[in-house]
Amino acid sequence: MNYFQLFNLPAKFDLDLTELGSRYLKLQKQFHPDQHSSGSERDKLLAVQQTANINDAYHSLKQPLLRAEHLLALRGLKISHEQRSFTDPLFLMQQMELREQLAEIEQSADPDAVIDDIERQLQQQKKQLLQQLATALDSETAEQDHLAADLIRKLKFFFKLQQELELIEQQLQD
Amino acid sequence: MAYSNKVIDHYENPRNVGSFDKDDASVATGMVGAPACGDVMKLQIKVNADGIIEDAKFKTYGCGSAIASSSLVTEWVKGKSLDEAQQIKNTDIAQELALPPVKIHCSILAEDAIKAAIADYKQKHGG
Repeated sequence: MNYFQLFNLPAKFDLDLTELGSRYLKLQKQFHPDQHSSGSERDKLLAVQQTANINDAYHSLKQPLLRAEHLLALRGLKISHEQRSFTDPLFLMQQMELREQLAEIEQSADPDAVIDDIERQLQQQKKQLLQQLATALDSETAEQDHLAADLIRKLKFFFKLQQELELIEQQLQD
Repeated sequence: MAYSNKVIDHYENPRNVGSFDKDDASVATGMVGAPACGDVMKLQIKVNADGIIEDAKFKTYGCGSAIASSSLVTEWVKGKSLDEAQQIKNTDIAQELALPPVKIHCSILAEDAIKAAIADYKQKHGG
């Protein structure tokens, strides 16, 4: 299913999220099972299915990584369920170092300052990668699509680091 | 989800955690990661003049199954030749640790890590 088509939006990475939100609400109302309560069993079932599709589509398009994955899938490059290992040694070395920095936060003299510092690094890297991803997806060539897939994989590591950092922050507050 | 006793054992008492000096000519490093869960795994082997892996170390940031898989592999490769270590299959790791289907990718990661380390050694030594 083409999620962009469902919302009648152009299949682009750069998406107007406000527009997406208002189209989502409109569609949701239109297909809400309550609207079809007087219809046949078949109509009701279809409405329920359509509501589920609309929800899936909205959640996928809202998040940049899922949106990028969906865009690539529409172009024939499916990476969302891949189990292949990522093997870029330099990138992984950097990930390892960031993980080590996270592990050392608790022992540091000023944990808050270290957290802020790592947070800044993560935000900066994520921003850069997302910009590269937008450029790669816009060019719509097979080569750039493969580059985009690698950028998505890298970004997933950064989103994971962000989660880990937030977890540490919470633990320190408790 | 319940971990098997073997996973818990490796998780609580991981074998061979740490690092070798990566600039040591007898040391080779395999780095792999799983984008889906953000796990990062480093597996290092120390190979003697006869081409036998005499020591191995790992460092893994990830779930219990990923830690257990890499810990187990460092135990398994010691004393093996590079060719023998190359034969280690993720299915053997998954079976030994009784990994559930959703954690099979952790054993794939460990297999890829030892393969990457062997490839690094061969590259370093012009093989």
